[in-house]
Amino acid sequence: MDHNVNQESINVQELIQQKSMSQKVSHKIGKMIPSILFLFAAVSILTTVGIIYTLLSEAIEFFKIVPIWEFFSSTTLKPLSQNPEFGILPLINGTIISSIIAILVAGPVGLMAAVYLSEYASDRVRRLLKPTLEVLAGIPTVVYGFFAFTFVTPIIRSVWPDVEATNILSPGIVMGIMIIPMIASLSEDALTSVPNTIREGALSLGATKLETTFKVVIPAALSGVIASFVLAISRAIGETMIVTIASGSSKNFTFDITESMQTMTAYIVEVSSGDAAAGTPIYYSIYAVAIALFVMTFVMNLLARAISRRFREEY
Amino acid sequence: MTQTIAKKNESVKHLPRLTTVSNDRLSKQKVVYQVEGFNLWYDETHALKDIELSVYDREITAIIGPSGCGKSTFLKSLNRMVELIPSVKTSGDISYQGNRILDKHFKVEQLRTKVGMVFQKPNPFPKSIYENIAYGPKIHGIKNKKILNQIVERSLRDAYLWDEVKDRLNENAYGLSGGQQQRLCIARALAIEPEVILMDEPTSALDPVSTSKIEELIQELKSKYSIVIVTHNMQQAARISDRTAFFLNGEIIEFDLTESLFSNPSDQRTEDYITGRFG
Repeated sequence: MDHNVNQESINVQELIQQKSMSQKVSHKIGKMIPSILFLFAAVSILTTVGIIYTLLSEAIEFFKIVPIWEFFSSTTLKPLSQNPEFGILPLINGTIISSIIAILVAGPVGLMAAVYLSEYASDRVRRLLKPTLEVLAGIPTVVYGFFAFTFVTPIIRSVWPDVEATNILSPGIVMGIMIIPMIASLSEDALTSVPNTIREGALSLGATKLETTFKVVIPAALSGVIASFVLAISRAIGETMIVTIASGSSKNFTFDITESMQTMTAYIVEVSSGDAAAGTPIYYSIYAVAIALFVMTFVMNLLARAISRRFREEY
Repeated sequence: MTQTIAKKNESVKHLPRLTTVSNDRLSKQKVVYQVEGFNLWYDETHALKDIELSVYDREITAIIGPSGCGKSTFLKSLNRMVELIPSVKTSGDISYQGNRILDKHFKVEQLRTKVGMVFQKPNPFPKSIYENIAYGPKIHGIKNKKILNQIVERSLRDAYLWDEVKDRLNENAYGLSGGQQQRLCIARALAIEPEVILMDEPTSALDPVSTSKIEELIQELKSKYSIVIVTHNMQQAARISDRTAFFLNGEIIEFDLTESLFSNPSDQRTEDYITGRFG
């Protein structure tokens, strides 16, 4: 620890001068960095554009065979019959119903979990619980799928015998379980970002903790909470394995949740894993369904953004 | 060791002065808060030591002292907001209107309904101006729209804010200026008609004009409310308060009528502080 040894022989300015040669090179690289980074950013954009292009061009082929209005208005989907009929409504119906069931399960549970984590849990509990909850998000969806089929469905059928062996209710519930961590985690972020001074304001007026949470903190965090819901719904709409395994492949147009229904994603799996020959109407139909699915999730994501802007409460 | 003994001697020495205060012309006034032997710890840090203090009805009690001397902690003990920090432990006694508020069974919401608070930084709710004022009455069960309207108007008038906001009651409170926001927070506290208002450096985040408006307002409020105000601004304490307590390192060095404390401090440290020798 002898600081004085070389003290006099060091000249910082000189050292900087010596380094300035290499600095010129790094300066040139520095100038190129933005362009290099742009290329990386462009990869994802170009991929998206490519996907949309493929989907559109194949879907256009499909709409040459099946009129677009028929596709979006018919409630019958019989792709494999002698006289195939292509109506997407049963699939849209199945998708929406399963997503509604999922959000009905995940919304309250996820939000209450978020409230517990941000308002009530001690630091120690939070540190333990949040990662545990996030593990749920890491479970492969195929596991959720057979969990729905072999575990949840039998339980539902034991209390409600009318429910079919493949039904939309069970995968809906399990999808809900799957998106709970997403809602809990994003909502918790929204709730914790509400400044403590606002909680103190409410408590100082004699509000209980519960009143403070529900009448001040949640309204203040509403934009984040709603955005988390919308993103979770969007995730449920795009979910594939759970519904493919547990809801069967009946293309029913019904509102009866005890019955088997097919979602848009499950239809794409069924057709693309079967042996639909390229160029047949059934082959092209999955592109049309994929476009519809893409539009749905895209709209949901736009909605999430719009909502979080619209309801943003400034604090 | 010798230091602690010296300190103890000093605190004994100024005890007689406290009794002189109680024999004073204002002594007939009702005591609102009686603090006796109050200690507070943050984990191992002894933040408040043997605090003895009385808050009198319809008076402004100022608490002054350098940063970190425990004045805000003490103020937040008066409505038990200090408990929001989990590591806090207390001993001793604080009684409010004869009720021991540190008692386990004491309902803290009841206390805070009677004791309002205004914070250092304006902290309106991210709601409309109207909803900010109506929030307190609403959580205490007042639902009648007509009554709420009256409460909102009266509270805003009492805080001298009505004329500035009467045409924009439904706009978000965060559109107001800092000084207006602070008066809104005062109005919000007034809406439930408390008996005491605690103010934690209410003007420290404000410009001089807003500050003088709020100082005027505080003096107006004295006719109806007892006020305890923490301030690091000695001139402010001298201008508006009736009594002043000087805190240093978690102890009360001196507590007296503001006039005598500033003109004739009994403790050398008080004199050093008010003459600007430290702090």
